[in-house]
Amino acid sequence: MAVGARRAASFPAAIVRSEAALPLGLLAPTVIFLTLLILIPIAQAVLLSFQAADGSLGLNAYRKMFSDLAFVESFRNTILLLIAIVPIQMVLALAMALLIHSRFPGHGIFLYFFAIPLAISDLAAGIVWLSIFTDQGYLNTILTGLGIIKEPIAFLSVENLQWVFAAVVVAESWRATALVLVILLAGLQLIPREYFEAAELFGANRVKRTLLVVLPMLKPSLQSALIIRTIFAFNAFAVVLALAGKQLPVLGYEAYDWYYNLRDSNVAAAFATLILVMTILTTVVYLRVFRVREGELGK
Amino acid sequence: MTAAAPALRRRSLSRRVIVDRVLLYAVAVLLALWTLVPIYLIALAAFSERAAIYEFPKPLLPTRFSTDTMSFFVNSTGVLPSVRNSIIVALSTIMLGLLIGAPAGYALARFRFPGRDGFQVGVLISKMFPIAILSIPLAVTFIELGLYDNLIAVILVHTAMVLPFIVIVTSGVFLAVSRELEEAAQTLGTSRFGAFTRIALPLALPGLAAAAIFSFVTSWNEVFAATILTVRNTTLPAQVLASLNISPLYFRFAGGFFMIIPSLFFIFFMRKYLFNLWGPGR
Amino acid sequence: MKQLRTSFALALAISVLAVACGPSSTPTPSGSGAISSEPFVMLSTQFNTVTESEAVRKQVLAGFTIANVDYLGSAAGPFTDRILAETKTSKGQVGVIGGVHGDFASFSDLTIFEDLTPLAQKLKDRGIAQEFMDLGKLGTSRQVYIPWMQATYIMGVNKQALQYLPSGVKEGDITYKQLKDWCKNIFDKTGQKRCGLPAGPMSLLHRLIQGYMYPAYTGGLVTTYKSADAVTMWQDLKDIWQYTNPVSLNTDFMQEALLSGQVWIGFDHVARLVDAFKQKPSDFVAVPAPKGPKGLYYMSVLAGLAIPKSSPNKAGAEAFIDYMTTPDVQGKTLNAVAFFPVLDKPLPSDLAAYLKVEADAVQAQSKAPDAKVALLPIGLGAKGGEFNKVQLDTFQRIVVKGEDIQKVLNEQAAILQTVMNDTKAPCWRPDPPSTGPCQVK
Repeated sequence: MAVGARRAASFPAAIVRSEAALPLGLLAPTVIFLTLLILIPIAQAVLLSFQAADGSLGLNAYRKMFSDLAFVESFRNTILLLIAIVPIQMVLALAMALLIHSRFPGHGIFLYFFAIPLAISDLAAGIVWLSIFTDQGYLNTILTGLGIIKEPIAFLSVENLQWVFAAVVVAESWRATALVLVILLAGLQLIPREYFEAAELFGANRVKRTLLVVLPMLKPSLQSALIIRTIFAFNAFAVVLALAGKQLPVLGYEAYDWYYNLRDSNVAAAFATLILVMTILTTVVYLRVFRVREGELGK
Repeated sequence: MTAAAPALRRRSLSRRVIVDRVLLYAVAVLLALWTLVPIYLIALAAFSERAAIYEFPKPLLPTRFSTDTMSFFVNSTGVLPSVRNSIIVALSTIMLGLLIGAPAGYALARFRFPGRDGFQVGVLISKMFPIAILSIPLAVTFIELGLYDNLIAVILVHTAMVLPFIVIVTSGVFLAVSRELEEAAQTLGTSRFGAFTRIALPLALPGLAAAAIFSFVTSWNEVFAATILTVRNTTLPAQVLASLNISPLYFRFAGGFFMIIPSLFFIFFMRKYLFNLWGPGR
Repeated sequence: MKQLRTSFALALAISVLAVACGPSSTPTPSGSGAISSEPFVMLSTQFNTVTESEAVRKQVLAGFTIANVDYLGSAAGPFTDRILAETKTSKGQVGVIGGVHGDFASFSDLTIFEDLTPLAQKLKDRGIAQEFMDLGKLGTSRQVYIPWMQATYIMGVNKQALQYLPSGVKEGDITYKQLKDWCKNIFDKTGQKRCGLPAGPMSLLHRLIQGYMYPAYTGGLVTTYKSADAVTMWQDLKDIWQYTNPVSLNTDFMQEALLSGQVWIGFDHVARLVDAFKQKPSDFVAVPAPKGPKGLYYMSVLAGLAIPKSSPNKAGAEAFIDYMTTPDVQGKTLNAVAFFPVLDKPLPSDLAAYLKVEADAVQAQSKAPDAKVALLPIGLGAKGGEFNKVQLDTFQRIVVKGEDIQKVLNEQAAILQTVMNDTKAPCWRPDPPSTGPCQVK
């Protein structure tokens, strides 16, 4: 940090010149950590996907993956779940964040309520929602108690796959919205108050205000939230497993199953590499769409 | 800046505003119920008699209250020590993660330097691979390094898992912190480090708090690496999750609920840091 | 801000202290000669549920006084990984390993386990059946594991179902076709599907298909995988599925479905049915598995105890295995977790009622006139999971999805043959013995 003090005198010019030493110094620990503990193992795993059990190179693992009974379904289900869950969560989280941000009396405790699902692991969330959706679960208890239905609905039955899908969407949205909320809330607080008040003054209603003023300023946070949520969506499977068993295969579970149960690390690595590639593609899309340029946030 | 606002508000305290308020509370309450009811249900199930779990219709009120399942679970071998271990690992992960990651996020937000895009891509990619598959080669490495059955190995892996999140969030937050404020402070004589700690850091606190909460929860709930890397000094998920998956339903509820309690406390503690204490705002 | 800083500093200090002063993982070295009391870990794939592991610790392990044994339950995958990792070192934490036959068979290199032939000699008057001892060699000349306990699959029946039995059929002597009629009867009269198969993601459905249904219809498994008899079997299974509660697909343990009343007839492993008999003894009866055209085939699941080469206390581990195979401790194990003894001795007379219910059904099953044993797969090494996957996928495609039976069987048989060729495993009972990899006819 003494480096920083030395450079303070030549500040304005220094910003334009690329000061490599300071930023690289700040980044070095992260780079070292991630490279050793994650990136190198990832590279090893990707290499594994291109190998056979005896170490020879080849595409056998991928061939096995593509011809696996559950492959097409797991691919399609993963994408469908993503398309269904992410927008719902974004809208819900934005609504919650705006609510809290307005600092109405009691907003502190409401923030705590909204944030509670953060604490819940996907396994616990699966258990919670299983108890709600199962044939003898709480939802059916309430519905029959209110007289809305006579017989319990089999929400999780293989005969009603669309219900199962909906159940997974509900459970996942419930669980992970808090994550998006917390990121968006942090971003909201950095939008200067004038912007909100100016919009109010000019008579814009709440919806217009949100769309035209808040959203553009929230871009960096939206981008972070989307990327993170999508990464999790590609990898997660515990909730799907708890609610749907093997009836709704997803890529994350296939990777896990091939490694832990079927003991074929090559095929597991192939699935994992596929997940990696798809996540990279969607992230690139997000980075393009939500590109934030220096100074664009206009202060 | 805010002087005009109270006057404006006082003048426009009309029916429209009251309706607005009511609507706001209605939405807030609805959303709160949506989040809380499932938690209530699992707490209910965790503290019910075993037989009640198999009934239909299920009791919706705590009429069959019983601490049997919970106390059996909590007192079973290894649960309490593993809770202590989990807390140690989670807190250490936060600190190590913030120490390493927040400066990186700052650098990403403030500077243009060669390799910037590559760094961002590398950070993101670290998160994109299923950790379950990475745990095994990592475990082999740690065993060779003599770090088997040691919490330090778990802390290191967890930190690596949360670093990308910390870097992404902090860079997003620092990006939105006005560069001019820092520059202004520096022209008034503070060092760059001083500008960082006194201007940027406080403004970024909600983001850092969010990152800390997330790191805690991720570490607390992580099961694959913790299971492979430990034998006796286990964390709570390593100790318990394998058995929960196949235990009878009443145990899954008790265990599931027990696991979320510390996180509930942590978030409660951290919630006020999710707001700016000073800076833009009221 | 200051408060935050101090609390972080405090937390940091506490963590550093705790990690530094935490329990050390390197045990103290032991002397030679007398059996050392160095503590060790028992790693096992069994008794993972909370109640079972506590029961094992308190009722079974507590009586072993030579050394402190820590029980560690694990899923099959991490179990294998941990053993592989530890046996690469000279001294690990795990002193003794308990697993079912299939767990041991999944290791391609069995020399990582100590040869227990001397111990087997020592225990030869204990009453362990020679057939079990031979299984413990896993096809090699070394004694890899000493038989520890056994289990099998039976049916748990809610007494309410008994009134719907087809006329002339006794629940203790039933064919698969009659089972279907029974399930259909219940559906016709009550409108509910009350039969149950454990078909959840962590269930043992593949064992039912391998050890019960296939042999009962075809007399074999691999060799007859796509035979005409197999087609009949799958057709009958499909018919039974029509009257099976779909909750089966989410159920790993039939006792849950039985206790909640969603299922009245549940086919499952004895240890996964026992809770039903324990909690509501007056509601349930236990009956043997159904039989098919070729007889009543049942699968005996054998569990064994082995000592890894990296065991920190080998003498202690041997004493432990000795302890676990004494009649007294075998009885305690049965009481604790409903796994049956491997000793050729009558069961204790003071057996708990709910265990007696199961024991009677198990006896009836093995003593039935047309009863035959099917073995767990042998020689599949790491491909055991893929082998099971073939049956599970076949089930999904034919029964759940309703695809054409012969077509699916042909396709799945091809995959099965690949697995057999890759592992070079010869046929095992119920298939007739073969030289070279088992072939699908």
